[in-house]
Amino acid sequence: MQKMIGLLIAVLLCFPSLTMASADTLIWGRGGDSVNLDLAQATDGESIKAGIQIFENLVKFGNDNMNVEPQLATSWSISDDGLTWTFNLRQGVKFHDGADFNAQAVYDSFARIIDPEHPFHGYGKWTYLSLSLKYVTKITIVDDFTIALTTEIPYAPLINNLALWLCPILSPKAMAEYKDQIGMHPVGTGPFKFVNWVKDDHIVLVRNENYWGGPPKLEKIILKSIPETSTRLMALQSGAIDIADDLDPDSITLVKKDANLVIKENASVNIGYIAMNTVKPYLADVRVRQAINHAIDKSVLIEALFQGLAIPAKSAFAPSIWSYNDAIEPYTYDPARAKALLQEAGFDFTREIELWAMPVSRAYMPDPVKTAELVQAYLGAVGMKVKIVRYDWGAYLQKTSNGEHDLCMLGWLGGNADPDNFLYGLLSADTAQTPGASNVALWANAEFTELVKKAQKTFDKAVRTEYYEKAQMIFHNEAPWVPIAHTTVIRSFNTRVQDVPLRPNGLNSFEMVWKK
Amino acid sequence: MQLFLIVAGVSVVVFLMLRMIPGDPARLLLGEFASPAELTALRQQMGLDQPLPLQYTMFVKKMLTGDFGNSVRTGTPVINEIFIRLPATVELALAGMLVATFFGILAGVLSSVFRNTLIDYCAMAGALIGVSVPVFWLGLMMIYVFAVELRVLPMMGRIDLGLDVTFRSGLLLLDTLLDRNPAAFKSALQHLILPAVALSTIPMAIIARITRSSMLEVLNQDYIRTARAKGMEERVVILRHALGNAFLPVITVLGINMGILLGGAVLTETIFSWPGLGRYVVDSLMGRDYNAVQACILIFAVMMALINLAVDLIYGLLDPRIRVDE
Repeated sequence: MQKMIGLLIAVLLCFPSLTMASADTLIWGRGGDSVNLDLAQATDGESIKAGIQIFENLVKFGNDNMNVEPQLATSWSISDDGLTWTFNLRQGVKFHDGADFNAQAVYDSFARIIDPEHPFHGYGKWTYLSLSLKYVTKITIVDDFTIALTTEIPYAPLINNLALWLCPILSPKAMAEYKDQIGMHPVGTGPFKFVNWVKDDHIVLVRNENYWGGPPKLEKIILKSIPETSTRLMALQSGAIDIADDLDPDSITLVKKDANLVIKENASVNIGYIAMNTVKPYLADVRVRQAINHAIDKSVLIEALFQGLAIPAKSAFAPSIWSYNDAIEPYTYDPARAKALLQEAGFDFTREIELWAMPVSRAYMPDPVKTAELVQAYLGAVGMKVKIVRYDWGAYLQKTSNGEHDLCMLGWLGGNADPDNFLYGLLSADTAQTPGASNVALWANAEFTELVKKAQKTFDKAVRTEYYEKAQMIFHNEAPWVPIAHTTVIRSFNTRVQDVPLRPNGLNSFEMVWKK
Repeated sequence: MQLFLIVAGVSVVVFLMLRMIPGDPARLLLGEFASPAELTALRQQMGLDQPLPLQYTMFVKKMLTGDFGNSVRTGTPVINEIFIRLPATVELALAGMLVATFFGILAGVLSSVFRNTLIDYCAMAGALIGVSVPVFWLGLMMIYVFAVELRVLPMMGRIDLGLDVTFRSGLLLLDTLLDRNPAAFKSALQHLILPAVALSTIPMAIIARITRSSMLEVLNQDYIRTARAKGMEERVVILRHALGNAFLPVITVLGINMGILLGGAVLTETIFSWPGLGRYVVDSLMGRDYNAVQACILIFAVMMALINLAVDLIYGLLDPRIRVDE
């Protein structure tokens, strides 16, 4: 018995079979598993990371920016009334299952989402319809390679929505075959083909040799779930994986010190903010809200709580999104000025104000409780009495959307990188209606709302930019929020991995990546 | 009957507990970016708009036919999700138990036989460390030493990526043997070592201590003296006469620990990226995936009850004085 055990151990120790990823296979370590690879149904980042290698859209975002570029559509035009978008489709493209890509495929991929009568509609849950094809009322096949989308109202942000993961083009053959299991058997036109998926462990993708853009450089991508951050870091350091996602700031410091590893950073498209309930009489005076803006030192928050991996915010969306108004002069940290403004506004210093702290951490708010404590201290320093209030996440979202708070923390990831997503969605009078307000400052400014609604119907980007710049200035002056920070997206990888792209939303397809 | 009562009780508790946690599951699932219409639709789809007793009746009815519903997160039947993960947990728990039992009993016997010697002190100090060291720390240290520095054992997963195994039982050691694939067997065994050892430390320490005290009690009995007096070999005295009789309390502890290992391998599974049921329960709980959590807890309850039953039966085998029917 002892001999046998001894022999077994000897055998195991003598022949270590530790795998280093081979040169044409990329092993990509991430914190969790995907949930559903049908991206039209996906609601989590891990599903999108894998699915975006398999699927393509009519249009896409740039590899390192959020500008819309052609993908399966080669060009498009908009009718004079702004209601019909006509897309010319790329010819000679095939799905991974050999089916032809054409207007019918686009029709089926979109109609299943918006048309309850479509045979594939019942095969999925279209959770984020409001972010994708909400205003599309009709899809028309003009010819084999031309498709037209008609919208209910003129809606300029549609093109950005179409670039979002939520509008993938799937093989109609596969949708008919796999029905509600299509998310486990994704078939698209993208650079990599789905091979298999071991739940909670890994997903294997292989090169699509027939990819219309030329075969990708990697032969295989393996997305490996490694839930523990320390294990993920050690796997990266030891070379067992090539890329490690979602490392914490301490791990990132270690990666920076390691000569074999490299970090790529880009500005994100998110924002973390504190919304001030403008309907509450004691927060209705703009001077009070400006005072609160002056009272908080964002640079300290960013250094202490975001570990430096963020930039201070001064507008309602990140500089990586077009029409960002850089002319805005941010509120400086100036407690004396804050105090003076509060006194001028006749603020009642005996009143206790509630600051609602998020119960969960998000990229845009990594440590909500400490953030709340710091903000409490800053506001205390200018004489305001602040009480920190916490609810569980479900209740928190519900109550803030009912406007029950004074000050609340929230954030937003504007996936489609359209200013409309932030300015209309989070700040217009239309979205300030309770219950269910997404404008949790309940700030209803007529001039601002008019500008952002006009911009929705304007297709000239220069004119839209003008509207949005004006709107941001009104937002700044009226100060319904304390915009806190935009975080940095980070990708940590081994130096042997080359040409790694990094979009501001952190979601890329890897057809250009290769290994030394 | 006992089994039925336990499962029925657990089902009520689980059902109520999950629904008493504050917060709207639809809101939690869809997050901060969902519209009110989307929320209402999801609540209807999940049956959350129905009264609680009705929800429970529906749940029991379906459960009796083996239908635990679809996972709220993935849309696939929960029972399928569980069955692809259960073998991983069972394999890890069995391996952990094997390591714990072998080394635990060895340490317990040695320290009782060599009572108050250096061997005893070392074994018991080891046991104290075993129960005290946090599993996540030990796991990470083992990864660092054996996978990163020495590079002799893999740090994560169940088998090398790229090795294909036919899914038969889901127990990779067994499946690779049935496949007659020695390379895959070796890889699966190597992957099992670190997590199994990490998982085994606490039960190993408990088993060692119980074995030691039980053995000490038995070694002082008259029949042991008799056995020695009639000139029996010391090895036979210890292994057959003493250990055989000292084994009953150890079996109880083994049973309890097996239950704990099956249900409590969450940390180990997380650290070693082991795609098992423990992690699935935690992920489901975080995602407020009612159906999945309910089904997992019920399955754990059934397994626990079955293990207890097995322990009772083994008692009868080991000690003919104990009858199960009395």
